[in-house]
Amino acid sequence: MAFESLADKFQSIFKKMRKEDKITETNMASAIKEIRVALLEADVNFKVVKAFIEDVKTKALGQDVLTKVNPSEMLIKICHDELVELLGADNTDIKYEKGLTTIMMVGLQGSGKTTSTGKLANLMKNKLNKKVLLAGLDVYRPAAIDQLGTIAKQLNVDFFEMGTEVNPVEVATKAKETALREGYDVLIMDTAGRLQIDEALMDELKNINKTVHPSEVLLLVDAMAGQDAVNVANAFNADLRLTGVIMSKLDGDAKGGAALSIKYLTGLPIKFAGIGEKMADLDIFYPERMADRILGMGDVVSLVEKAKEAIDEKDAEKQARKMMDGDFGLDDLLKQMKMVQKIGSLGAIAKMIPGMPKLTDEQQEAAKNEMKIFEAVINSMTPYERRHPNCLKFSHKNRVAKGCGMTNAEVNRVIRKWEQSKEMMKQMKAMQKSGKMPGGFPGGFGRR
Amino acid sequence: MGLFAFLKEKFSKKKKDEKTEKYEKGLSKSRQAFASRLDDLSKRYAEVNEEYFEELEQILIEADVGVSLTIKLVEELLEKSEEEGITEPSKINEELIDAMFVGYVESGGSITNEIHFRENGPTVLLVEGVNGVGKTTSIAKLSKRYMDQGKSVLLVAADTFRAGAVEQLKIWANRLGCPIITGKENGDPASVCYDGAKYAVEHNIDLMIVDTAGRLQNKANLMQELAKMNRVISREIEDAPHETFLIIDATTGQNGVSQAKSFKEVSDITGIVITKMDGTSKGGIILSIREELGVPVRFIGLGERMEDLEEFDLDEYLNGLLVGNK
Repeated sequence: MAFESLADKFQSIFKKMRKEDKITETNMASAIKEIRVALLEADVNFKVVKAFIEDVKTKALGQDVLTKVNPSEMLIKICHDELVELLGADNTDIKYEKGLTTIMMVGLQGSGKTTSTGKLANLMKNKLNKKVLLAGLDVYRPAAIDQLGTIAKQLNVDFFEMGTEVNPVEVATKAKETALREGYDVLIMDTAGRLQIDEALMDELKNINKTVHPSEVLLLVDAMAGQDAVNVANAFNADLRLTGVIMSKLDGDAKGGAALSIKYLTGLPIKFAGIGEKMADLDIFYPERMADRILGMGDVVSLVEKAKEAIDEKDAEKQARKMMDGDFGLDDLLKQMKMVQKIGSLGAIAKMIPGMPKLTDEQQEAAKNEMKIFEAVINSMTPYERRHPNCLKFSHKNRVAKGCGMTNAEVNRVIRKWEQSKEMMKQMKAMQKSGKMPGGFPGGFGRR
Repeated sequence: MGLFAFLKEKFSKKKKDEKTEKYEKGLSKSRQAFASRLDDLSKRYAEVNEEYFEELEQILIEADVGVSLTIKLVEELLEKSEEEGITEPSKINEELIDAMFVGYVESGGSITNEIHFRENGPTVLLVEGVNGVGKTTSIAKLSKRYMDQGKSVLLVAADTFRAGAVEQLKIWANRLGCPIITGKENGDPASVCYDGAKYAVEHNIDLMIVDTAGRLQNKANLMQELAKMNRVISREIEDAPHETFLIIDATTGQNGVSQAKSFKEVSDITGIVITKMDGTSKGGIILSIREELGVPVRFIGLGERMEDLEEFDLDEYLNGLLVGNK
């Protein structure tokens, strides 16, 4: 997977740093130097690396004297924040028009335009129920139109072509006319690969742009691209006003630093990532995830670090002691649940723990709703009831349920969950005593 | 005489032949960003200092030469400048070019670029690479080259995976007027190789070129498929494949080294063809690949026309990239 080696490198840098208790100019300098090399080896553009390093340096030095956090944690956080900023904060979808949405795919030869055209069509047809028309505008590369035709057939979407003895501008015009007339939702135009310095071919794209006015002009960027990728992106952007970038071949072992560089220097959003050879292998590009991956946060250690940051340490200590002693009421349950939510969405946590299955969006949504129900039920109880949920009689439960607009069943569910948690606490305490689980709770609660 | 001066002299005296012109034209865009920056740099500094070397480092890294090789080159220059008291920027630049040249030559054996033909029976060339580097186009160009030299060429379409790949090669075979062996879509590429080898032997073909599907080097099963194709071919024709070319896109960054390493593990790479050198990329990755793996560049793609594939010539490459007619 892309970025993994970069993540490894960062991790080894941070490991080295952990052995020291304080950031000094000297020890930061060596770590910074290694970060620089790592980024350059990942094909991040030289100028971007320079700017990135400057930012990290300034921020790390400024905070050093003021805070008492572990220097490596601080540097992780600063690097992470910087990378997230560099990669852009949002993930961005295609801008769909009310009527026909026209998309033009452009890029260098071999960057993956035709395959990505197919993948986009697949996504729009099967996930979004759009009526899609593909148009083959690559009249130059032998069999390029056949290739797209075959893909269209595979996907069972319609395909527009006029052969190879025709001006691509005309194909674009006719394709759009057809798409409008026959009520398509989306028209995707696959253009021929070209060098950004090929004036005649760039003019052709400009003409298509002027004639068809696509809603999206997407540049394909190969994850393996080197330092020159920013020049390519800049030139295409200047001529065509790109609306976004698709990174292709991210399933390779290239680190894909070009993604960072292009986003940083052009501000263009990276909208999709190609992650395999099959038609379904197109994913949304998640900048935050990518930044996490760069920093190698795929381990429990970072979960601990994030948790530490999110919760008030003293509060956590008190909490832990109470829980261990079995003095654990519904207020504590709620607090615990809220802490977990503060650490990050459940999805983000699952992502950080190796081997943990990823939660779907629906599951995450369900977890959030559950939290709301719990809060409503617990808030509707008296303080005494919250501390001693076992004493709740049927009539009490009725009152609580009415008070929060829930049913008795939901009140019972909250109490059952509390009982389960309490039982788990007891087991953990026993395990800790017998030495099976050294040091505190998972998630870092109360670890001193 | 340093290499830089040597190149200048050689190419200024030499009546420009077609090859030099192709190199100079094909590399003109790369040169603009590389040579003119070097030149500009040497004009901005009266003598070299720390900042000078930092800027030099930047120019090399931006040419995709790679961090470790760049650091090595710049450190050598620093040492030389201190030891021999060289402070003049243009002299340092000449030393750099010398170092690049010497480094390349010393990293591998002597270089003969043309395909080495067997005395008897078909010579087999296997063409490999990641997706989208220009394998099929390079094969067409190579076929043209050797057909023009009077060799009989057979194309074998072993990319049974990508939609339209077989069709693409068929169109080339038609245009070139050479035979082609194809298999079933999504069939076993090794069996197409088998058919190709049989045909090549029966028809006494001089050069059989096998087009393979693009594959990312971290896909173990696809790399194994390549190993299998190698085995099948070698069973049918003695010592085949006799040549295996890895195609590398000039726009590739540091991943190029990983590509060369991985493909070398499953097949005996005898040369690299670097494509798309007519763009603005400098193709510096070939220096790193040579440095780390000793694999020579055999051919260089300098344009879209069929004739735009040239034998790789280090003199011409460095002249085209660094000197040329500014």
